[in-house]
Amino acid sequence: MSTDTGVGNGAGHSPAPFRPDLLAGGSFIALGLAFAIGGARYDVGSALRMGSGYVPIALGGTLVVLGALVVVMAFRGGDPAIRDVERPPVPWRRAGLLVAAILFFGFTVEGLGLAPTLLVTTFLAALAAPEVKPVRAALTAAGITALCLVVFVALLQLKLPLLGDWLGG
Amino acid sequence: MDGILLGLETALQPGNILICLLGVTLGTAVGVLPGIGPTATVALLLPITFEFDPVASLIMLAGIYYGAQYGGSTTAILLNLPGESSSVVTALDGHQMAKQGRAGPALATAALGSFFAGTVATVVLAMFAPPLADLALKFGPADFFSIVVLGLIASIALASGSTVKALAMIVLGLLLGTIGQDQFTGVPRFTFGVRELYGGLDFVSLAVGLFGLAEIIRNLESRHSTELVTRKVQGLWLTRDDFRRIRMPVLRGTALGSALGVLPGGGHVLASFTSYSLEKKLSKEPKKFGTGVIEGVAAPESANNAAAQTSFIPLLSLGLPTHPVMALLVGAFIIQGITPGPNVINDEPELVWGLIASMWVGNLLLVLLNLPLIGIWVRMLTVPYNVLFPAIIAFASIGCYSIGLNAWDVFAIAGAGLLGYFLIRWGCEAAPLLLGFVLGPLLEENLRRAMIISRGDPSVFVTRPISASLLLLAAIIIVVAVLPSVRKKREVVFQGEDD
Repeated sequence: MSTDTGVGNGAGHSPAPFRPDLLAGGSFIALGLAFAIGGARYDVGSALRMGSGYVPIALGGTLVVLGALVVVMAFRGGDPAIRDVERPPVPWRRAGLLVAAILFFGFTVEGLGLAPTLLVTTFLAALAAPEVKPVRAALTAAGITALCLVVFVALLQLKLPLLGDWLGG
Repeated sequence: MDGILLGLETALQPGNILICLLGVTLGTAVGVLPGIGPTATVALLLPITFEFDPVASLIMLAGIYYGAQYGGSTTAILLNLPGESSSVVTALDGHQMAKQGRAGPALATAALGSFFAGTVATVVLAMFAPPLADLALKFGPADFFSIVVLGLIASIALASGSTVKALAMIVLGLLLGTIGQDQFTGVPRFTFGVRELYGGLDFVSLAVGLFGLAEIIRNLESRHSTELVTRKVQGLWLTRDDFRRIRMPVLRGTALGSALGVLPGGGHVLASFTSYSLEKKLSKEPKKFGTGVIEGVAAPESANNAAAQTSFIPLLSLGLPTHPVMALLVGAFIIQGITPGPNVINDEPELVWGLIASMWVGNLLLVLLNLPLIGIWVRMLTVPYNVLFPAIIAFASIGCYSIGLNAWDVFAIAGAGLLGYFLIRWGCEAAPLLLGFVLGPLLEENLRRAMIISRGDPSVFVTRPISASLLLLAAIIIVVAVLPSVRKKREVVFQGEDD
């Protein structure tokens, strides 16, 4: 997937399919199929009394068709709106750190409590910055955590425990 | 006009003025930060508003929206970093003015033009929303289905890229909206047995992910940290000559914006682009546009703000959001236990009119307070991005978690962020997806109701005159959007937006 920066050469005899369109169309087809197949497990019903599965199947089918149209576009020189736009490589490591930071928050905020969870979350996120040293990231994390505690706990009085059950808080 | 009086009475209560002020200030403070557009600002600050009662919370939300827009213009003018597509035009001449040391007058023009436009558009809103709501009370489920379809199709006008991709994003949004318990049968759909998902995906998480996290990942594509250069802002006041020059552009921008803002599909982007090209056409020196002429700031800013105001008309009369921020407001209504639709204006007059009046109060507060405080906002611009984005991650996580103490709302940010990042990278815009997500349940409900009433006969959608004309309009929009000649023109209007 990291090679989706390739720009289709519209001039050649057999132009290579435009990768971003291929990926977008492919994603739409896959998601449409997933919803349609998932929807078929529920009661479909009839046009008169639509069951829970009716609308997801109809929309999923539509998404598959639209996805196929996007794939066709990939073979016809690609989407003119983004064809000539430069796409830098996907920042996998940084995106991964941000996602890890958010997931960590979701998994631990109840057990660890707000303060320790925030420290780790902001530290992970700060590590995603360009040219950052761990010490600097830790300082950033400490500062943001303090700020968040002041804003959300002291000023807005959110009822989130500072220390969770896992830490005996 | 009784409504306006009731609204002013509500909005001018000291407590509500204070709430409005708080909203405007917070909105400006966050909206001014580079890389955070109005939609992301409203989404990030939304959880805070849930602490208040319905009237206060919606007043605060409207304040945040205006503050965010004003903050966005500030960033566009000072840094040439437009937060969303509607302030792209402001940046053209506004940033040139700033370079010439006239940042102060540019900012003052934006604020004064917006205030004037907001005042006029508020009156337009008060005049047109109630009769439209009365009309909408006669709508049957089939008509509602068709108007939602029209709103969704029209949101393609908001996407600047491929029509097929925009349609696909709408459908994907509709599908994501089906997650959770089926409102008719109570069957949980696509929840994989996770109880926390029975209520559906949280729309705040989706918005924060699509407009916040996705944008952060995109900014982190570059390998180096960028230093932002800011200038000192001095000499806010306009000269007599400036006033003379902005008078007509502000009037024309206001008229254009008020009219285009009502269009389902986010007329305010169109409004700022169109008013800019109109001024350029009418000007005696069109070549000077783009080099820092004050008319080039006054017209689009007025048009943008007028359109932002009148886009509340479909929201308050039909319950139909036309813009991602309006979609967030629908979510806020629902969380407060209010179902948006034609009944709201009669059932909750204090809330609706209070909201309308507080928009005007909010605009006034912006002029009175934010211009003197401009020094502080400029200092906000110097917060380094390396500190800014971890803070956004923290705020987003706390905010989304605090609404329902539900860890899945936090996980949804990560999912939506990754989905949004890749789809935007592949040329698919996020706004149609969010609109589809918010309108999905409404669409399905009215479709199923209409089919039950018509005993399974789908022709009901084309035999009822209201429904038929709405669907016809939607069909025309699709045809027009894919016609090559129109496509080209649209690209001209949107040019410069994609880079």
